[in-house]
Amino acid sequence: MRSDLTRFWRNPQSRYFTLLLPIVFLLIFAAIFEGSTLIDGRPVKLTTFYVPGIMTLGIISATYVNLTVSVVARRESGELKRVRGTPLPARVVIASRAAVGIAVAAVMCAVLILIGRIAYGVPIPVGSMPGLVLAVVVGAASFCCLGFAVSSFITETDAAAPLANLTVLPLYFISGVFIPENQIPELLHDIANLFPIRHLAQALLISFTTAEGTGIRVGDLLIVAAWGAAGLIVASRTFQWSPRAR
Amino acid sequence: MGDEVISVRGLRKSYGGREVIRGIDFEVRAGEILAFLGPNGAGKTTTVEILEGYRTRDSGEVRVLGEDPARGDARWRARIGLVLQSCAMPPELTVGELVGLYAGYYPHSRPVAETLELVGLTDERDARCSGLSGGQRRRLDVALALIGDPELVFLDEPTTGFDPSARHHAWEVIADLRALGKSIFLTTHYMDEAQALADRVAVIVDGRIVATGTPDTLGGRDHAASNVSFTLPPGRSLGDLPEEVAAGAKLDRELVHLTTREPARLLHALSGWALDQGLELNDLSVGHPTLEDVYMRLAEAPEDAP
Repeated sequence: MRSDLTRFWRNPQSRYFTLLLPIVFLLIFAAIFEGSTLIDGRPVKLTTFYVPGIMTLGIISATYVNLTVSVVARRESGELKRVRGTPLPARVVIASRAAVGIAVAAVMCAVLILIGRIAYGVPIPVGSMPGLVLAVVVGAASFCCLGFAVSSFITETDAAAPLANLTVLPLYFISGVFIPENQIPELLHDIANLFPIRHLAQALLISFTTAEGTGIRVGDLLIVAAWGAAGLIVASRTFQWSPRAR
Repeated sequence: MGDEVISVRGLRKSYGGREVIRGIDFEVRAGEILAFLGPNGAGKTTTVEILEGYRTRDSGEVRVLGEDPARGDARWRARIGLVLQSCAMPPELTVGELVGLYAGYYPHSRPVAETLELVGLTDERDARCSGLSGGQRRRLDVALALIGDPELVFLDEPTTGFDPSARHHAWEVIADLRALGKSIFLTTHYMDEAQALADRVAVIVDGRIVATGTPDTLGGRDHAASNVSFTLPPGRSLGDLPEEVAAGAKLDRELVHLTTREPARLLHALSGWALDQGLELNDLSVGHPTLEDVYMRLAEAPEDAP
């Protein structure tokens, strides 16, 4: 677990791509788009929209994208096979890699919330914090499972990063991560609705826009968790320890 | 048998209808180094991976440290050490961190510093794995195989790609392992490696074991005819040699090759002739066929497929 964390931190791809990119995205989006948008019929400042939006991106980068890339790399280099030859139980290998993803996602979210508060005066959603924390944890865990599932289908190390990004980048645009949902055409909205990214974004957004309640969106979180569970089932049937490419 | 660390009986394995292991038997005794030789594609790696528990077999009895490797649990894994063919090191960690990490996986691990010293990586302890040379990586691989203080070590082509001095250093490390009482299953395609290290050799060709024995007796090497060779003195031809020497001689450029079951008699005739003529016999050598000669003969003449 600690070594997984060390490795995350020392890997330049993880450090810059996973940690820095969401922060840069938040700064850029907040700088370009000003004003407010309508969310559930109420005006909301765009910066208040972008903090949870980029949190969605940060969670998915730290779990799904980063995990897929590192699992494929470690499998193809033979490293997973080597570890399989030691007495270390498989579940420890899997769980510690997932735990690092979840921990990094949580730290990312805290950093983004703080930047939002300090730079743009986006209020920290104290009242709906339980819902926010729940959404981050459910989202991070589910996207870890999806990362393990997808890693089984990528046979080449070099293909892992582009493929992982390809599966999520288009969805960011139509899932209310980069662009508020009231500007997204009906058809694209319906497509986005099938995938977990929109539901994670919604679950995070509600904590920032609702004044009352715990901020838990049960329906959205269940859909995210269902995707995670499906990913876990696929992963448990397809996961490979030995290199796939020959 | 109580002192067998590996025993294999009638092992078979097919891939897509092609049988790559065709019923092999062998054993590794406690404390010995068995070299498993064979050309590429003969079934070496498949066999090793079945023994290591990475692959399943189709049929046959396999026991490694008394257990079926297909059902090896963590306790069993703790008693074996692996050096796989391809070495993969986490580039982000240092040598010391990685060895320390693996030490944590084993219930009775060896001290990290002592293990690094054994493989000669003490000075590289704080270096990142990504910065190691090929030979250093391989030695790190050996360190990882030893950190759990295993009884049995699998070395799958441990010196492939080494320069000669790195290879000799690796041999010393492996010889030290035997001195520690470890049993070693070594696959290699270097004959000199098998000659230098192995107590016994098994040769696999086309999915079958075609010969087993000590490096000195493999394939009847010790009873084989002697090879004699020397350079033809200047100005002489094969026809000038005494009759019994010229009879079986083959000329390769200036070098005369002979095989004989009576080297003393042949040499007597040859040296008598040379002294009579006032000639010197340059490059004269007498020897048994090398392990490589025997191996080439075995590897090139596979038995007919069934």
